[in-house]
Amino acid sequence: MNLLKDILVIDDEPMVTRAVVKICSAEGMKVSAAGHATEALQKVEENEFRLILCDIMMPELNGFQFLEELSKRGIHTPVVMMTGYSTVENAVRSLTSTGAVDYIPKPFTADELLTIIQRNLRCSELLNKAESASLPRNGLMTYVPCPTDYYKLGYVSWAQMDNKGTARIGVSDLFLKAAEGIIGFELSFPGEDLLQGVPCAEGKAPDGSVHSIMCPLSGRILEVNALAQSTPSLVEKDPYFRGWLYQILPSNPASDLQWLSL
Amino acid sequence: MFNNKIGFKLTFGVVLTLLIAIGIFAFFNIQSEKKSLLTEVERHANQLSDAVKSDTEYDMLHNDRARIHESIHRIGNQESIDRVRVFNKAGEIIYSSDPEEIGAMVDQKAESCYRCHSAGEPLRRLDQKERTRIFRLHKDSPRLLGIINPIYNAESCWTAACHAHPESQTVLGVLDVTIPLTEVDRNIRRSQLAIVILAIGAILILSIIVGFMVRWWIDRPIRELLTGIKHVSGGDLAYRVKVKSEDELGVLANSFNNMTENLAEARLQLFQSDKLASLGRLAAGVAHEINNPLTAVLTNSSYLLKRSQGQPETKEDLQVIVSETIRCREIVKSLLDFARQTVPKKRKADINEIIRRAEKVIENQLSMKQIELVMDLDTEIPNVRVDSNQIQQVFINLMVNASDAIGDNSGVIRITSKRISLSPAGVLQIKRALCPKRHDLVDRKVRIEGKPAISMRYRKQKQTGIIHLNPMYGSNDHRLNGMPEFDNSVELQCPDCSASLIVEGEPCPKCGGPIYAFEVPLKGLVKGCLTHGCAWHHWKQVESSWNDEYVEVQVIDDGCGIPEEQLSKLFEPFATTKGQKGTGLGLAVTWGIVDNHNGTITVESEVGVGTTFIIQIPIGS
Repeated sequence: MNLLKDILVIDDEPMVTRAVVKICSAEGMKVSAAGHATEALQKVEENEFRLILCDIMMPELNGFQFLEELSKRGIHTPVVMMTGYSTVENAVRSLTSTGAVDYIPKPFTADELLTIIQRNLRCSELLNKAESASLPRNGLMTYVPCPTDYYKLGYVSWAQMDNKGTARIGVSDLFLKAAEGIIGFELSFPGEDLLQGVPCAEGKAPDGSVHSIMCPLSGRILEVNALAQSTPSLVEKDPYFRGWLYQILPSNPASDLQWLSL
Repeated sequence: MFNNKIGFKLTFGVVLTLLIAIGIFAFFNIQSEKKSLLTEVERHANQLSDAVKSDTEYDMLHNDRARIHESIHRIGNQESIDRVRVFNKAGEIIYSSDPEEIGAMVDQKAESCYRCHSAGEPLRRLDQKERTRIFRLHKDSPRLLGIINPIYNAESCWTAACHAHPESQTVLGVLDVTIPLTEVDRNIRRSQLAIVILAIGAILILSIIVGFMVRWWIDRPIRELLTGIKHVSGGDLAYRVKVKSEDELGVLANSFNNMTENLAEARLQLFQSDKLASLGRLAAGVAHEINNPLTAVLTNSSYLLKRSQGQPETKEDLQVIVSETIRCREIVKSLLDFARQTVPKKRKADINEIIRRAEKVIENQLSMKQIELVMDLDTEIPNVRVDSNQIQQVFINLMVNASDAIGDNSGVIRITSKRISLSPAGVLQIKRALCPKRHDLVDRKVRIEGKPAISMRYRKQKQTGIIHLNPMYGSNDHRLNGMPEFDNSVELQCPDCSASLIVEGEPCPKCGGPIYAFEVPLKGLVKGCLTHGCAWHHWKQVESSWNDEYVEVQVIDDGCGIPEEQLSKLFEPFATTKGQKGTGLGLAVTWGIVDNHNGTITVESEVGVGTTFIIQIPIGS
């Protein structure tokens, strides 16, 4: 990583911005910090960033208002939300609001921070590549075609409702690509309850980083795809069909689905 | 004051009814007594009058006036006779026991005459009944009974030597005997008095009995109910009305007790959820405040850890900082999770390893307090699917509690782990049991080993009684209360509705005897056999889904122990035994975590001896 002005971190806690700047700088990234959203907007106007890390709970403009401001100004820099107040709603909004791409609950370790930054940098890189290849930029660019009736939580995961009232959930191709290939999945077990916006599985990347896969729908696990567990490469090859992760019984599909995009 | 008491009203009503009934009875009794006494006196007077008449008849025929005077005087001066008089047809007193009267004329209107002379022509014949009269000479004199006896003309009269009466005359005169009724009246008064006293006595005694019964059967239970209601409305939901009868009031008291119990449970739950709600708000606030400083610690320490290659000592220290900060993060998260009651993140993990990690965390604390930690861990334990951070927190909580219990004295904490096999029998308590008509069979008044028992009624011919089954599933320690040998002739019923609890056509697979069954709501039927020495039991739904392999971890200290009254509240949020030292959340969170792992946590403690916490977590598939 050796690009100018890679990251902008926004947090009203200087201790947090300092730590993020230190960690990212040590990895060779160019990092800029802002103590509040107004300062951040100014910096965004002046520089081009590849990724913005933004706290949700801030005085004056909060994280989501900052997202609105960005979109008003026509800035499409992907934003990863950070929060110490990790409610399901914050998590889901962070994954589905215009401009926000991901979410990291505080406190986090250096590795967790780097994993999420790198994944999202790669993700935006992939999207940019697709754009330059004149594919439509809709944030859901596909390497493997995704069926149109699948509901998606950001670019991370998908859910497919069937007519029996159950649903299948899985991970998106873009997430897998951005994570640079998952070599193993840590999955939950049948009978366990999943919450929308909360990690439902972990994918291990070859470099040892662990990627949390946020769950698109709340519900109880009916079945776990043994194939996905035994042959992770299958998930990458066929993430929307044979590479599903869970068959679940959604607990609250009506309110969950309004957050998801088709 | 009294008219708002139902006991008084009832007693008053009954006494009033008694008063009227006994009063009427007494009145008629007195009347008939009076009548029979008077009839007797009348008869007596008649006899007397006839006796006088026949006594003087001979002298009359001989016209021996001196003898007649003498006879009448003698008879008339007897104590029981007021006077004897004879009138002639003209109304002149010709003989009298009172010599002064002789020769006096009596008016036809006089009390002794008007019977016959009231209507124009005098009566010639007078009925026996009409002959008597009761009168007073003046207002204050005793009552007198007069009897007139007409002296009819007879052949011997007109053929007598004196020829005083012509043959044509019908009535020659009248014999008038007057008897004082003093004695009779006294008798009447005496018997009147006796009857009145008897009536009053009966009313009094009956009133006392009725009053006592009303008090015993109605007043007292109602007062107890009222006391209960006062206690309960005052917030004392532990109060139970003493039930001594099986009548409607007894049923009412029972229902009241049940209601109070349900209310207490509901309040407890409400209280718990209220506590949880405020805990949730608190946790959410704390989470945000604490997560920022934690972010600084975690990012910096993990950053340093990444850069500490080649410095093993620093690396180790940093490792502790990072892992403990992550634990802090998980604690904050689990506080939120606890408030939200969400599920743990379970992965296969080695319980012994988690115990060792927990021990590392508080090692310093323990050695500073000179507490020895003895670990007796079974290395054969398979990995268990748990949220290792949460379970580590459980062990740390328990060890910190143990060290607090030991206090400043040196002591020993023992931690043991082992693999155990638990069948649901002896582990699972049946908390609700329903008869086919959905009456609750659980009798909260009867407890076996401290747990509300399941009650049933047995009936064999005329012999009947209530038995109490141990609510621990599979326990054979029932209170059969003298039930005869359990065979097909014994009927088991719901004590409330007498619906049969025997399963028809399904013999016990072990001994072939009859089996009983009751329903546990949402959890299917529990069947069992009560044949002596058989003890077969089956709870299909539980047996089929039961994980019998458990890891049991015990945390044992020799500290101050927990008083019995605090044991029951130990796992409630904000229940602290440490005063200012604790938050009161530790054991509530601990309980929540263990419960979320489908495990159980129990505590045994003796003041001055020590406390043992026992955690059992299913190993699962």
